[in-house]
Amino acid sequence: MKRAALVVLLLAALAFPAVFTLPFPRHVMIMIFLYGSLAVAWNILAGYCGQISLGHAVFFGIGAYTSTLLVARAGVSPWLGMLAGAVLAVIVSQAVGFPVFRLRGHYFAIATIAVGEIVQTLFINWDWAGGARGVFVPIRRPDSFVNFQFNESKAVYYYIALGLLLLGLAVTRRLEGSRPGYYFRAIREDQEAAASLGVHVAREKLRAMALSAALTALGGTFYAQYLLFIDPEAVFPLSLSILICLVSVLGGVGTLWGPVVGAAVLVPLSEYTRVWLGGTGKALDLVIYGALIVLVAVAQPSGLVGLARRLGRRSPPGQ
Amino acid sequence: MGLVYALIAAGLSLIFGLMELVNFAHGEFLMVAMYVTFFAWSLAHLDPVVALPLAALALAGLGWAVYHGIIRWVLGGPMLAQVFATFGLAVLLRAGAQFVWGVDFRVVKDPWLAGRVSLGGVFVGLPQLAASALALAAFVALWWFLARTETGLALMATAQDRQAAALMGIDTQRMFALGWAIGSACVGVAGGLLAMFYYVFPEVGGVFALIAYVTVALGGFGNVPATLLAGVLVGLVEVFAGLLISPAMKYAVVFLLYLAVVLWRPLGLFGRF
Repeated sequence: MKRAALVVLLLAALAFPAVFTLPFPRHVMIMIFLYGSLAVAWNILAGYCGQISLGHAVFFGIGAYTSTLLVARAGVSPWLGMLAGAVLAVIVSQAVGFPVFRLRGHYFAIATIAVGEIVQTLFINWDWAGGARGVFVPIRRPDSFVNFQFNESKAVYYYIALGLLLLGLAVTRRLEGSRPGYYFRAIREDQEAAASLGVHVAREKLRAMALSAALTALGGTFYAQYLLFIDPEAVFPLSLSILICLVSVLGGVGTLWGPVVGAAVLVPLSEYTRVWLGGTGKALDLVIYGALIVLVAVAQPSGLVGLARRLGRRSPPGQ
Repeated sequence: MGLVYALIAAGLSLIFGLMELVNFAHGEFLMVAMYVTFFAWSLAHLDPVVALPLAALALAGLGWAVYHGIIRWVLGGPMLAQVFATFGLAVLLRAGAQFVWGVDFRVVKDPWLAGRVSLGGVFVGLPQLAASALALAAFVALWWFLARTETGLALMATAQDRQAAALMGIDTQRMFALGWAIGSACVGVAGGLLAMFYYVFPEVGGVFALIAYVTVALGGFGNVPATLLAGVLVGLVEVFAGLLISPAMKYAVVFLLYLAVVLWRPLGLFGRF
C-alpha cells in the first residue's frame, strides 16, 4: 500500500514537466527538489547524528565555486566539476570537522556559524575567484549535456534536480538500516553511552559530515549551472545555512521524508508570497514567513511528519 | 566598541545562563532599540543620551512580551525548536521593520555628543568615548544588580539550578521573564548608544548579533563578567586586525580567534564544567 503510494508519487513527479509546460511551475518544483536535497543532506548530519550545523552553506558554496571556476577558467565540464566540488567539500568538511566536533550543542552550532562567516569573507576578498562581484558561467550554445546547460527548457534541470533528491533519499534510506546509521543515532541520543559501547564517536561524526558535505556540494554545482551566476552573497550566506535546516525542521528532523515534506511546503510558500507580495520593497512576504516559523516552532516542534504520525496514531486504519 | 559589544553580549549571556537558550533574535532587538532611539530623536526631539532609559524600558517590555508570548511555550521543547522560534522572530522583526519603516538608512543628526577629543595624542570620537563609558556604567549596574540585590541573587540561583531555586520558593517563571526583560534592556542601552554614531536600518542587527554570539561563546555561556572581558578582547582584535591586515578581513579574524580559543578551551576562556 505504502509502496504503491510512493510509485504513484514518483510517476507523478516524472510526468510533471509533460503536464506543466510553463517555466514558473517547473521552477518552483526544481527549487523544491534542490532545497529538499540540501535538507536531506543536512538531515544526515543533524537529524541522524545530532550535530546541528549552521554552516552548511560552506559546502554548498564550495560545490558551486569549484565547478564554476573550473568551467570559467579551465573549460572543464561542470559534471567533472560537480565531482571535484564534492571531493573538495569532503576534504574541507574533514579539516573543519576534526577540531569543531570536539564542541557540543550551542558551542558547535556557533563554531559552524563562525566557519561559514570566515569562508564567506575569504571568498568576498579573493579576486581570482571573482571577489564580491561573483563569477558568470560562460554561456554555451546549443544546449548540450556535457556543458550542463539547458537554456531552452527547464525540463532537463527538472530531472537532474529530481535525481539529486532521489540520490539523497537513497543514501539516507540505506543509512537507516546500516551499521553507521545506528552509530549516528546512538551518538545523537547519548554520546557518552555510545562511546562506552565501543562506537568511535569522532570517526562516525566525521563520516556523517563527509556524506552530508558531499551531497550538499552536488546541490551547489546544480544551483550554479541553473542560474549561471554565483557570488559569495548568494552561495555562502548564513541565511542559506539556516534555511536548509529550517526546511528539515519544518518537515521533521531525523526522518526520511521530513526534509522533502518541509521543502514541499516551504518553497512554494516562499516563492508564491515572493511573487504576489514581494517587489513592493516592503518585505511583507518575509513578515509572513517569519511569523510562520515562530508558529511552527511553538505549535509543532517535531515538524509536519511528527504531526502526521500523531494524527495517524489517533485514527489507526480499520477502526 | 568592545564595551558596547560586551553589553550586547551580556544580555545574550544572561538569557542563556538562565535557561540554556540562545536568542537568535538578539541582533533584531538591538535594531529595535536603535529605531526607538531614532524616533525619540526625530519625533520628540530627545537626544539619544536622554532617550537611553526609554530605549532600555521599551526593550525590557519587548523581552518580557517575547518571553510570555513565545519562549515559555518552547522552553520544554527540543533545542531546534528553540533555535527556530527565536530565528523566526528575528526574520519577523527584521521584515517587520522593513515593512513599517522602509529600508532607508537613518542617522541621528546633531546629537549633543559630537566631534572628537584627543586622548594622549590619539583622536577618539566623543560619541564613541561616551558610549564606552556608559556601556561600562551599565555593565557595573548589571553586575551590582546580579550580585548585590536579592532579586539578582534569586536570578542567579535560578540560572544555577532551576528546580532547587523553585524549591527555595523562587518563582522561576517570574525570574525567566525578568531575565528576558533585563537581558533585553542591556541591548536597549547598547542600541541607544550605537544610534549616536551608527546608521539605523532594518538589517543592522546581523553583524552585531554574530559578534555577540562569538563574544558570549568566547567568554563562556552564562558567565556575565567573562563576557565583559571577551567583549573588550573582540573589540581590540577587530580594531587591530582592521589596522594591520585589512579592514575587509577584520570579522574573519574575530571568528578565527573564536575558533582558535574554543579548540583550546571548548567551553570558552572562562568556561567551567
